[in-house]
Amino acid sequence: MMRFILPLVVFLIVAAFMYVGLGLNPREVPSPLVGRAAPTFTLPQLQEPSRQFSPQDMKGKVWLFNVWASWCTACESEHPVFMQLSRQNLVPIYGMDYKDKREDGEAWLRKHGNPYALVVSDAEGRVGIDYGVYGVPETYVIDKQGVIQHKHIGAVTPKILDEKIIPLVKELQAK
Amino acid sequence: MKYLSILLMCLLPAFSYAGQAKDMAADPVLEKRMIGLAENLRCLVCQNESLASSHADLAEDLRREVREQMQKGLSDQQIIDYLVSRYGDFVLYDPPVKKSTLVLWYSPFVLLLLGVGVLIYQLRKRKGLIVETELSDADAQRAAALLNESPEIQNKPNGHGGDITDENYRRRDRSLSPTSPPEGESGDVSLRDARVKDPQA
Repeated sequence: MMRFILPLVVFLIVAAFMYVGLGLNPREVPSPLVGRAAPTFTLPQLQEPSRQFSPQDMKGKVWLFNVWASWCTACESEHPVFMQLSRQNLVPIYGMDYKDKREDGEAWLRKHGNPYALVVSDAEGRVGIDYGVYGVPETYVIDKQGVIQHKHIGAVTPKILDEKIIPLVKELQAK
Repeated sequence: MKYLSILLMCLLPAFSYAGQAKDMAADPVLEKRMIGLAENLRCLVCQNESLASSHADLAEDLRREVREQMQKGLSDQQIIDYLVSRYGDFVLYDPPVKKSTLVLWYSPFVLLLLGVGVLIYQLRKRKGLIVETELSDADAQRAAALLNESPEIQNKPNGHGGDITDENYRRRDRSLSPTSPPEGESGDVSLRDARVKDPQA
């Protein structure tokens, strides 16, 4: 009997590891920034380069910080989600155009619509490094104290928005 | 003329360098130090490549960042801490031993010990299975007879299998093993019979 049970048990253990392991997304690296203060920066705005924006301006508010680019195809797929969210006036969405040409970023917003309260331009990608961005889109939920409470890597889907981001935003706003 | 052109063509590869010219900084010492450090760091975009060898955009930016920090006089450890604080331990090809990496660091040794344990258990078990038996007089006689290959001995009834004939055994043998040759075709009848004749076999 042992002859059959032992290989079966070994197989089941390997299968369980495979099932869990292959279900994980290797691109989703947990960010050490969650729970820490959002890195400060001062960047020119995309549409009005003479004006600047800094996260300190957002103290006292819960806000979303979405990193996108005109060359990023996944951003296009998540864009309608943010368009929808901006109409609900639940939470301000701030965008950062990452490693992109100003004209391209502006043209992209004209084409797909602009859900952002404000967009900054990180043409060199330096602020992106401070935020640990390694692929766009990435979305951060930042609380009233300026602490990053959540980071979402990849496109935000309606499901993720409804089940994770909006409940978290409401919870943080109530604090 | 023809040979000269062939010779020149053969020399052509010597002039076709494909280097990392784009990333070479003015300071070769610093560049070497940067590459040395970046070789132990993971590129987050193409995760199985090091920061030194990756051509991803982000890798180039990070190499620039590392280079600039080295110029500022930061130590290797400070630069590593800088990257870890942004991208986590995942950037390290040599992750630190902590609670979350215990399995990573120690499971190979646990598996090795487990394997040694199973091996020892199996070897002990096998040792118990091997029983040295004395050859009985009857068996010694039979062995001697078989070695002499005298056909009449095989047909004589022996102490173990009395009335069972050769033919019966052949039949039984066939029914057990489909690979045994059909009657009359066997070339090694005497050998095979010798094997199956022993009821303990």
